[in-house]
Amino acid sequence: MTTDLASIQDPASRLAVLEQQVSDILAEAKAQGASAAEAGVSTDTGLSVTVRLGEVETVEHHRDKGVAVTVYFGKRKGTASTSDFSPRAIRETVAAACTIARYTAEDEYSGLADAALMATDIPDLDLCHPWALSADQAVALAMDAEAAGRVDHHITNSEGATVNTYQGGRVYGNSHGFIGGYAATRHGISCVLIAQQGDTDMQRDYWYTVARDAAALELPAEVGAHAARRALQRLGARRLSTRQVPVIFAAEVAGGLIGHFLGAIRGSSLYRNASFLVDHLSKQVFPGFVHIHEQPHLKNALGSAPFDEEGVSTRARDFVVDGVLTSYVLDSYSARKLGMQTTGNAGGVHNLTVDPGTLDLDGLITEMGNGLLVTELMGMGVNIVTGDYSRGASGFWVENGEIQYPVQEITIAGNLRDIFMRIQGIGRDVDTRGNIRTGSILIERMTVAGT
Amino acid sequence: MNTSIETARNFILAPAGLDEGDLEKVLNKLMGHGVDSADLYFQLSRHESWVLEDGIVKEGAHGIEQGVGVRAISGEKTGFAYSDEIVLPALSHAAEAARAIAHQGRAGRVQAWSSHSGHQLYVPLDPLGTLADKDKVSLLEAVDAEAKRMDPRVKQVMVSLAGEYEVIMVAAADGTLAADVRPLVRMNVRVIAEHNGRREQATAGGGGRVGYQYFIDEGRGLAYAREAVRQALINLEAVDAPAGTMAVVLGSGWPGILLHEAIGHGLEGDFNRKGTSAFSGRIGQRVASDQCTVVDDGTLSDRRGSLNVDDEGVATQCTTLIENGVLRGYMQDKHNARLMGMPFTGNGRRESYAHLPMPRMTNTYMLNGHHDPEEIIRSVDRGLYAANFGGGQVDITSGKFVFSASEAYLIENGKVTRPVRGATLIGNGPDVLTRVSMVGNDLQLDSGVGTCGKEGQSVPVGVGQPTLRVDELTVGGTSAG
Repeated sequence: MTTDLASIQDPASRLAVLEQQVSDILAEAKAQGASAAEAGVSTDTGLSVTVRLGEVETVEHHRDKGVAVTVYFGKRKGTASTSDFSPRAIRETVAAACTIARYTAEDEYSGLADAALMATDIPDLDLCHPWALSADQAVALAMDAEAAGRVDHHITNSEGATVNTYQGGRVYGNSHGFIGGYAATRHGISCVLIAQQGDTDMQRDYWYTVARDAAALELPAEVGAHAARRALQRLGARRLSTRQVPVIFAAEVAGGLIGHFLGAIRGSSLYRNASFLVDHLSKQVFPGFVHIHEQPHLKNALGSAPFDEEGVSTRARDFVVDGVLTSYVLDSYSARKLGMQTTGNAGGVHNLTVDPGTLDLDGLITEMGNGLLVTELMGMGVNIVTGDYSRGASGFWVENGEIQYPVQEITIAGNLRDIFMRIQGIGRDVDTRGNIRTGSILIERMTVAGT
Repeated sequence: MNTSIETARNFILAPAGLDEGDLEKVLNKLMGHGVDSADLYFQLSRHESWVLEDGIVKEGAHGIEQGVGVRAISGEKTGFAYSDEIVLPALSHAAEAARAIAHQGRAGRVQAWSSHSGHQLYVPLDPLGTLADKDKVSLLEAVDAEAKRMDPRVKQVMVSLAGEYEVIMVAAADGTLAADVRPLVRMNVRVIAEHNGRREQATAGGGGRVGYQYFIDEGRGLAYAREAVRQALINLEAVDAPAGTMAVVLGSGWPGILLHEAIGHGLEGDFNRKGTSAFSGRIGQRVASDQCTVVDDGTLSDRRGSLNVDDEGVATQCTTLIENGVLRGYMQDKHNARLMGMPFTGNGRRESYAHLPMPRMTNTYMLNGHHDPEEIIRSVDRGLYAANFGGGQVDITSGKFVFSASEAYLIENGKVTRPVRGATLIGNGPDVLTRVSMVGNDLQLDSGVGTCGKEGQSVPVGVGQPTLRVDELTVGGTSAG
């Protein structure tokens, strides 16, 4: 019989069950002859409720679990995963990983992260704040959010308001003897509204709030009102003629720009020579005032983690100091390929932070004078190998430091190397809703293509 | 004898000690007060992937996913729960959670089973077993060698091979009892070429609902390698793409992603029921030039986007979306079709048992016109020829869509001249096809690489089109010249 994890409400008891599961898997891997092994187990339960036009649309109950194991036979490896935690399924999953390891080639860089780097102290980062929310209560909150957004008569339609809450735990262990885990929660409220003017001008926009602790969420009515404001502001959008102009990436899209930077300094991009920032360590890649770092142990934050996906302890780290690239983003494999040491970033960065400047968004708009404020980007036109950047955009045209009118159906383009060096200002309007924390970013010049 | 249902019984129900009588009982419990439809979706999937890099197969992964999703619908309300354990107590528990959506009303009735298998568009084989593991490794190595053999400027080659064996079964209160056995394989080649300090990448690949032999037959795997190298080398010569609005000629095949983004999503039933699509309420209206006829066809043999039955047990079909420029129909799942009083079209799809179904595309393509592709190029004085694309995206409400060219050339005085760097193209869905002035006679479907994302759910899809000329489309390059 398997233990019904979802029925165990107490996070600590749940973690204990997961830890036992990981130990069993590692023992099984050893029994099947693996020279080393690592395993991760996770479980999540959640509730997601969507209300549309004042009526309940969906009530979804989520219960997910999974186990993934990687076995090593010397320098060969194999991986397998399953959602079935029964002893028979675990045996078969380990066996499947071992079978794969018989056919993969020896890779001298393969293996666990060094034993000496394993996290020894696992700090409590205050990530678990269960929200005892019934479906009816969630419906009531979603109703509040949507209703607050449907006040203006130009808000003619809605894709709904959603309230969700998730609670989970994950445990990772490997044959160095490391085993660690933590429980975490994530709650959110979002609202998508449609504004209309005349027969043909229809615009959709949204807003959301997300936090580890429900007490830190924006109020439902604020979320709905904000979504409505954003949709209404887009009515009457025009196109622009093709031109070169300054561009502000509003905070909610600026994180994506920094995400491309992270993609370019990720170990897997670098050892493949698949990045425009190959060989840029210790070189100037941003203007001197830019400072980018990560804060893995920030209490209660969405990107926090006490150790990375290889059990390596995470720590505060600078990536860009005075505009100079000071560190790559490495896991143990890419680090070995590059002749370096892992930076504790297996699985990614943690609360990546771009230090804010002194101006708020209005201040940046004033500073820009004439140019484009981008509030939404579309498509995947970013090439990390070359740095070529070309994406669909919408936002607002700015003249003399004042927003003039909304714009849409244009593209913005440039090369990321130039875009980064042409940053003229970073706002203090930091968006903390994701793993990348940045304010709005003003770029001196990009190409806008339109009519 | 319905073999898919037999397979589903043996693989999914029997190990759990379940039979159709149990499913009927669960459905009966679901159809309590106020619930007017309900279904159970069982899924068992085994998948694997192999990755070659630096000349060696260094990674392989195997996974098993199984579970059951339980849905209860009351009017416009949907209750949903799922379990990754296929056993009666978990099923009953999920059913209770799902049916809590309805508090009152008349109890619905479970109809007698009417089982069907839909089409037989692909062989119900397990692709993972169609090639020995050592031969999968050899295949990857051969593809790698082919790419490197092509040109010394090729510096990096990454090849991946993935296969999936999926068995699904749907039991619904309307009497639907259907199953499908869905193989799916995919190969991808990514190369990085370097010359004079400049680096460029390109990818190529393909697949379908077949076994791995597909990549050996007709040398397809090797051909992907050559195609990726060809594109990467062309990109090494590319100059800055133009910026501005101009005539654009789109190549045949994968550039059909234009149709998927510009009109496909906007014609999905859910957005139209809600009135949130730029195409809402426009059936019977002209939305394209009269040379354009566009269909969504889930019934093509062995194609990545095809299904014998959709994820609600409805046989797929070929649905005409646009006929000679006039909007004819939407793509529907059961829920939205019922609410709109329209027929089902076999487009109810879901990523897995843990996701709710919704209207999704299958294989979406434009039928042939009568122009020779050469003639279409010759007709353009100055413009862009976009031969291949990466991904795209659409805002279905405003109708604005983008798709990003990965291989493109300038057209100057009726001739294809210099290659240009990748650039995003942007347009307005409801009128972009009205600007299609020439449709080629060279319809091609893509090679089997498409994955569509909607509301966080990914499903495999296909696209296709003949070469076509769009008189005005905005090209997002950097060169004003």
